[in-house]
Amino acid sequence: MTKTLLRICVVGALALGLWSGQAMAGVFNPETFTLKNGMDVVVLPNHRAPVVLHMVWYKAGAADEPKGKSGVAHLLEHLMFKGTPKHPDGEFSKLIAQHGGEENAFTSLDYTGYHQTVASDQLEMVMELEADRMTHLVLSAEDVATELAVVLEERNQRLEGKPAARLSEQAMQKLFPKGHPYGRPIIGWRAETEALSREDALSFYKDHYAPDNAILVVAGDVDVAEVKRLAEKYYAPIPPRGLPKRAPLTTDAPIIGGETVLRDDRVKQASWSEHIIQPSLTNGETRRVAALEVLSELLGSGGTSRLYKALVIERPLAVSVGTDYMASARGDGQFVFYASPRPGVSLDEISKAVRLETQRLVDEGLADGELARIKKRMLADAIFSRDAMKAGAYAIGGALASGHKLESVEDWPEHIGAVGEQDVLDALNAVLAEPRRITTKLLANGKGDGA
Amino acid sequence: MNWRMKKLYVILLAVALPLSLLSFQAAAVEVERVVSPQGIEAWLVQDHSNPVVSVRLAFRGGAEMDPADKAGLANLAASTMDEGAGEFDSQTFQQILADQSITLRFSASNDRFGGEVTTLTENLDQSMDLLRLALTQPRFDDEPVARLKSQLIAGIQSDSQRPGKLAYNAFFKAMFPDHGYGRDSDGTVESVTGLTQADLKAFVHTRLARGNLVVGVVGDVTPERLGALLDKTFGTLPAQPTTPRAADVVPNATGRVQVIELDVPQSTIVFGQAGLKRDDPDFYTVLVMNHILGGGSFTSRLYEEIREKRGLAYSVGSDLYPLDHAGLILGSVGTENARVAETLDVLRSEWTRMATGDVSAQELNNAKTYITGSFPLTFTSTGAIARVLVSMQINGLGIDYLDHRKAYIGAVDLAGVKRVAAEYLHVDKLDIVVVGKPAGIVPSP
Repeated sequence: MTKTLLRICVVGALALGLWSGQAMAGVFNPETFTLKNGMDVVVLPNHRAPVVLHMVWYKAGAADEPKGKSGVAHLLEHLMFKGTPKHPDGEFSKLIAQHGGEENAFTSLDYTGYHQTVASDQLEMVMELEADRMTHLVLSAEDVATELAVVLEERNQRLEGKPAARLSEQAMQKLFPKGHPYGRPIIGWRAETEALSREDALSFYKDHYAPDNAILVVAGDVDVAEVKRLAEKYYAPIPPRGLPKRAPLTTDAPIIGGETVLRDDRVKQASWSEHIIQPSLTNGETRRVAALEVLSELLGSGGTSRLYKALVIERPLAVSVGTDYMASARGDGQFVFYASPRPGVSLDEISKAVRLETQRLVDEGLADGELARIKKRMLADAIFSRDAMKAGAYAIGGALASGHKLESVEDWPEHIGAVGEQDVLDALNAVLAEPRRITTKLLANGKGDGA
Repeated sequence: MNWRMKKLYVILLAVALPLSLLSFQAAAVEVERVVSPQGIEAWLVQDHSNPVVSVRLAFRGGAEMDPADKAGLANLAASTMDEGAGEFDSQTFQQILADQSITLRFSASNDRFGGEVTTLTENLDQSMDLLRLALTQPRFDDEPVARLKSQLIAGIQSDSQRPGKLAYNAFFKAMFPDHGYGRDSDGTVESVTGLTQADLKAFVHTRLARGNLVVGVVGDVTPERLGALLDKTFGTLPAQPTTPRAADVVPNATGRVQVIELDVPQSTIVFGQAGLKRDDPDFYTVLVMNHILGGGSFTSRLYEEIREKRGLAYSVGSDLYPLDHAGLILGSVGTENARVAETLDVLRSEWTRMATGDVSAQELNNAKTYITGSFPLTFTSTGAIARVLVSMQINGLGIDYLDHRKAYIGAVDLAGVKRVAAEYLHVDKLDIVVVGKPAGIVPSP
């Protein structure tokens, strides 16, 4: 029951954890078409239960906000539930609840999504409602003032009370400086968000909410002909706006780098992380993406990964350690190392041990059969991903809304399958050689370096 | 381990009785009762559309049974039972799971010890054999036990500064001062530090038995194959658990207000009072009543009054919290320190408005259509359906429950909602815990 923020890594994990068991068939095999106003449509039939998931993704997120208006994408997401001339006074949510439906919305750096899950015979109702609010939102000054208070409470809940979240907010400015949109929090800087007005919200709405900037995804107990009929009826009549193509999200500004340290009395478990700029599906050496995914899996994913075995089991220095790789951003990707030490171990010791273990992979190469095992496991994840109705909808919606091609999801097995040992080592060397990086340290007050 | 041989075993005939057809509209979910040759029962929904099988199991009894000085025992057992069993040490066991893409894990809550297996069909036999080993021959070697203890202790220490955790722990401690429910099921740093391999072995042998086990299975498996697997997997468990369950308990709701000082801008508030157990005849009526008051949608009264009208909070709501030995109505809200008093005023006035029977037929109808309509929406993955099958068995709902649920909700009427609102909602007995720096809130003496 919360209208949520979604971090890029969440969808990244979904988008990247996929594969089809049948040799080189697509992962989800969706049907796709485009309405005459430019709105893309993706249909993912799944008839297990008489339920349908209806989503509209806008290719606009926090990274698309005008300077000085941080938080407006997310504020607008909340305000989208207020009403239209046809469905005023929060009727949207009331109608869906009365019909037993579930709904929510989310804002990320790169996109904003609205979704409803309803019995399949209610698809037309939610489509009518969603199409209506694409262009007919009406806001009163009072609505905006009340919702702004809600958003500031959301900020309190998500950020202000959490030392780790505050540290991340500070550190991202050093990885993405000089006004780079990835350097600011999705929910916005408090001072800027507090000052947002009804006009700011409506102006972001007019600039970005249009059929030619949106993707419709329908998954579940439907057939393509029915979705086509309904989409033609409700979405196709909305005129396109001819919005300008999104500019590539790159920057040449030098990063600030260095260490960001946050000390707080409330920190009872110290932690360390290192964030390194790496290619994404759109930026940099995109051909290295699949190898980086394999690298992250074998180096730092789960209880059988190299780092976990070395630092948690064999030399018990850490309570947890791992890696993340986020390739699905519209801008640059990130490769992340993280660890939390056991009592008595300092953050410098733990980061040194992570480096040593990583270097060991460079020096010794992969073990016999290691790559095959990792790839087999990654490829099996796709079969599991088809188990949940919503997985394909989120993976494909997120990819398309970030400006990636459908093939980035559907051909993922081929890309993973083609990764060789040398590709993994090359990717690792590139990670180690990359100068654009930052370190974070979360520490208790006055207790040295985490020891 | 000779798990590869398992496929050659003769499959003994299982009894499969299709008993329930859940008809939403067009499609149907058919729940079958599968009874193994040895008499072990599982409920099954077949789905051969994807080569995946999800198994969920639960043993009745959970952290409530942990002795006070061994608080966190069930949780530590859940964390270590998949860290080596039979001839496989921890790393070997985990490596097999990873290489075969098998998810096998355990969990502990107040009233249950749960297990989960999710696997590709081709690895089902091996998965169930690993489950058998974990349930009956867990090793609890020194290294994994020490490692998991250090991880759990790190978690407990971090939690000690989390507003929500502090609030719930204080609430439950006050509500159940002399009962296992009053203790954090994670345990304390001291209690977890003191747990031993002997404690873990005793846990497994005295608490996990066929007599307190229920199993739900969904996916690409036939009743015949499942029946044989049930005997192989669970056949060697003891017949009955030997540790007694905790006693029934009456929540000690007195309307007290607790304040726990924490230097954060937003206060986290947990509120609640006595509710009812799952088998209470009033359950569905109270479920509908609470839905109107604070239930799970963007339309409850608490949501409307606290968030939509006044912008006091981002999240607010209340839920029924039925336990095996007691019942609660439990809710939470987070608001700026300066606005805690106003939020509590609105909360109490909504509590009172509902208690006095101010409910419309329209509200009742909307709540009923929501509760009826939203239930099938969760049936969209094999794991989610398997969880429902376990819950139906644990709560004694009957294999035809899915057919009848709509009628149970449909039978709730306005007079009933008004009656239970007056009976269950007592604003003077509404216990409140505030964690933060709330302005103008005086704790009870």
